[in-house]
This record gives sequence, C-alpha cells and structure tokens, in this order.
Amino acid sequence: MNLIRVMPAKEREQRVGRSRAIVVGAGIAGLAAALELAERGFAAEVIERGSALGDGACSWMAGGMLAPWCERAMTDEAVLTLGAPTIDWWVRRFPGTVRNGSLVVAPARDAAELPRFAGRTSHYEWLDEAGIGALEPDLVGRFRRALFFPQEAHLDPRRALPALADLLKRRAVPIRFGVDLQAVAAQADLLVDCRGLAARDVLPDLRGVRGEMVVLRSREVSLSRPVRLLHPRIPLYVVPRGEGVFMVGATTIESETRGGASVRSTVELLNAAYALHPAFGEAEILELGADLRPAFPDNLPAVRRASRTLYVNGLYRHGFLLGPAMARQAAEMALAMDQERSDADLRERRSA
Amino acid sequence: MAFYGVELTSRLLLGTARYPSPKVLADAIEASGAQVVTVSLRREAGSERGGQAFWSIVRALGVRVLPNTAGCHSVTEAVTTAHMARELFDTPWIKLEVIRDDETLQPDVFGLVEAARVLSEEGFEVFPYTTEDLAVADRLVEAGCRVLMPWGAPIGSARGLNNAYGLKAMRAHFPDIPLVVDAGLGVPSHAAAAMELGYDAVLLNTAVAEAGDPVAMARAFALAIEAGRLAFAARPLEPRDMAVPSTPVFGKASLGD
Repeated sequence: MNLIRVMPAKEREQRVGRSRAIVVGAGIAGLAAALELAERGFAAEVIERGSALGDGACSWMAGGMLAPWCERAMTDEAVLTLGAPTIDWWVRRFPGTVRNGSLVVAPARDAAELPRFAGRTSHYEWLDEAGIGALEPDLVGRFRRALFFPQEAHLDPRRALPALADLLKRRAVPIRFGVDLQAVAAQADLLVDCRGLAARDVLPDLRGVRGEMVVLRSREVSLSRPVRLLHPRIPLYVVPRGEGVFMVGATTIESETRGGASVRSTVELLNAAYALHPAFGEAEILELGADLRPAFPDNLPAVRRASRTLYVNGLYRHGFLLGPAMARQAAEMALAMDQERSDADLRERRSA
Repeated sequence: MAFYGVELTSRLLLGTARYPSPKVLADAIEASGAQVVTVSLRREAGSERGGQAFWSIVRALGVRVLPNTAGCHSVTEAVTTAHMARELFDTPWIKLEVIRDDETLQPDVFGLVEAARVLSEEGFEVFPYTTEDLAVADRLVEAGCRVLMPWGAPIGSARGLNNAYGLKAMRAHFPDIPLVVDAGLGVPSHAAAAMELGYDAVLLNTAVAEAGDPVAMARAFALAIEAGRLAFAARPLEPRDMAVPSTPVFGKASLGD
C-alpha cells in the first residue's frame, strides 16, 4: 500500500519537495514529465541536447491531433483509455487547445472504408452532406457521408511545446539547452530519461518508425478541425494550424532512414490534400519534413525503471495524446521512489 | 509439401505488413503456425539499410523469410530489389512482384516473365505473383520458376477466388508445380476453397493484419487451410443437379399408425 497516494496534495508536496529530478529531453515526453513532477513538488530541471525547443525533437513534426477515438479504429485499446483523459489535461494547461472534434471522410470509391472504420470505434456521429457542410462549409459537395468525433481536439505542437516551457518557467523549472545526459547523470536524485530514439543505447527494443509530413498554406480553403481521409493504402490527415496553414501527415514506414521526405511519400501526401479539396492544388508548400518516431515492439508507450532512473519512451505516433498520461505515470512512480528513499534514510538514521 | 527442396508442414504463408504493431505480428505468426513469412523491401528503406530494426524483429521470429519485391514497377527495379533482398536476408528465395500500376496492383505479366528469367539465371529461386493465365504460367515455368503464385483477387481486396474455374484449370495443367494462391483473400472460407481446389498453400497478409483481432484471425485461417487440405485429400463429391437422399427411402420401415 502506497501511503503517499492517499495523502492530500499539499502535504505531499511538502513531504517530497526536496528531491531533485533531472529530466533529459525537451520533447513532449520530457516537458510533460517535468511539469507533472513540478506539480508534485519535485525540484525539477530539464536538460536538452539540442540548442532550442524543438531542435532534433520529433515532437516538432507531430500532427497534434488529440483523437483517441479515431486512433482506436487502428490501434490498441490502451491508446483510447490513456488518451481520452489527456484532452482535459491539455485544455487546462494550453489555451490553444481546440476542441472542435474531428472529421473522417473517404473518397467515393473507397466509401466502404467508412463503416469499417466506424465498426472499430465509438463516440462518433454519422453526418450527411448537410451535416458536413454545417461543420466545414468548404467541404460542401465533396463528400456524401462523414464520421464526426465531437469530443476530439487538436493543437499546434509548435505552440504547445513553448506553452509547456512557459508553465515550467513559472514553476521555476529551468530548461538548459546544449547539455548532454553525461554531464548531469551523477547530479540527480532521480533521472527521468525522455530522450526518445536517442535512448536506444539503454533501451535496445526501441526502434524508429519513419514519418513524413508537409506543411501547406492556402488562402482558399478553411477548416475548423482535423480531417482524416481514409484510403486503403495510406490513411492521411489534414490539420488546420490557423492563418491558412495546414499540416498534412503522415506516412508510417518501418524504416530508420533519416533525411528528407521521399518523392513517393510527398506525392501521396499532396494527393490526399488535393483529394480533400482541389484548391489545395494552388497551395504553397511551406515545409517538407521527415523524422523517426520512437516505438517499442507493441507500439505502446511505457515507463520503465532502473534503479534511480525512469525511462519514458515509445510514444510512437501518439506523443501529444499519450505523453501527458505517461508523464503522470512517471511522476507517480517518482513519488513512490522518493518514499522508498526517505524510508531507507529513516531506517539508516534509526540504526545509527 | 516442398518449395525448391525445402520441406514445410504449414501451408500458410503470411505477410508481415500493416499489423498494428510488431508484437501483434509476432503473436499472429505464432498463432498461424506459418513457417514462411514475406517481407517487403521498400526501395527507399532498403537502399540505406533503413528497415534494419523491423527486419531484425522478423528474423528473430525464427521463421523462413521470403523477401518480396512489392511496389516494383519494372524489371530493373525488381531485379535490384531482389539483389538487395538476397544480401539482407541471405536467401535465394524471392517473391517476385512486378506491378502494373498502384490502383489495381495487377501483375505486369510481361515484366514478370522477363524478371523471372533474369533472376532464375542468377540462381534465385523465384516465387512469381501472377494471374491464373496458363500461357503466362507456361512462360514462367520456362523461365525457371518451380513455384507459381496466382492471385485470388486483387491485393488487399478481400474478394476471395475471383476465378475459381481458372484456378482449377491451372491446377490441372500444372500437377507437379507447387501452386500457391497469393492475394485477395478476405475470410478463412476463401482459403479453404483454394485448398479444396488442390492448391498447395495460401499466402495472405491484409486479411489477417487488418482484422479486428489479427491473432485470432491468423488461427482461423490456419484451421481453414487445414480443413480445406483434408477435404481435398478426402476426394470431395462433385455437385449434382438432383437431390440424392442420404437415407434410402425405399423399404423404409413405416412407423406410427
């Protein structure tokens, strides 16, 4: 029985407030973990090997969809159970979280994909043409039916990460850039390793799964929520980022090749945007990106412990959806570890 | 059953793409009892050894790997991919796909025959993904293929055996060549039907990988394939036009009043 869990938060903060936790990595896993630790009274600090927020972090390339019910159609139930509460986590911490639901459509000849998708998940409504038009006027006449997931949300990762950094700053949690793990490993009571794929030196079952994305700007198309386009070969999505900017993602390739987006992937991504709305044909390409997502063999994230280090990793395609849930798990484990340590101290003092 | 001298007890060959995770893939393969899995070498990944992490997971499964040239549209592409596969997986086996276009994923049979000839001459043991066309099959055998893999239906379409008559004719024309129905199956009864036609094995991927429960579906296919094979060996009845009562009517004891 872990007494610390049943203690009121305030008392808990005082009791464990002295522990020093170093979080390694300033991607979504690291920033969320640092925040959860700070909220529990830890003296946390984040170190990041890159020189600025987003530098070398695959979080920077993420879609930022908080879509646990859509994901359920394609992934393990754990993604839903861990991910659904995350929407509130974001709404409370990042005002830029947009809770407008998400839309799933299919090209006419792949219409059979829609009921198939629906059959594997829940919390959706069927929309007809008028229903689609009421939500997304620019899609009028383009699709006859759609699935609407009203409780889902989305955010812009490139605004959400700085917002988390800001919250950390207010809690006096520093982020030190250009610092490597080796430089600090010895100084911490507790190390929270959120290095993503870079942690494969200690997590050998971690692998990289390549993803590619495109950022477009179009003044002719306006969307209020992410739209997924089902396609038997490559399911893709378009996420509005505001001010005419759209992110189109993302490929999932079992490859650890780094380097720019391939022509084939780019063609598929752009085709999807064009299929969603032909006006995307006139859009300007702002960015073509590619990165590797860290994944464990079951494609689910995990918090693992080895003596005084916690490893938060394997967020795969679900960094923003599952990162906060993993951060919470890690912080709870850190509390328990702290308790172990103070119990051990006490025994030592008694026996001295 | 043997492919190029390799004896196998399982008549199910399983693809490794599109599973929810490598863990589910591993569990599905175990549930299916498959001894051969196909692995697609995407050119963009293979050229720089990019798929290493995934391939080492597949290698660790302890099954025989049949690399394939999925996504290749020309003889040159397919031959290059086959070379890469031989080097990566240390096997002369190659599942040869030369695809006409991305919409139908129909085999380009002209390119297929040419690539099969080139690769057989180089010592590859070729498993060609083809149609049920007998003339094409003749050419593939001439080119050195000792296994033929006609489609059931277009890849991933889950339609079953589109041309059961054609597949039956192929079996009759090639009694001594191992025949594998490759692609287009959706449910276990499709696989059972292929086995009842006397096919030696079945190769599938999407029907298992994209099922709601891939592990259970893998097991279901394994059972159906076993059932179909047993049925073929047990020499099934031919369909008749008229009813044949299973109990003789004549001389039946009359009961009751």
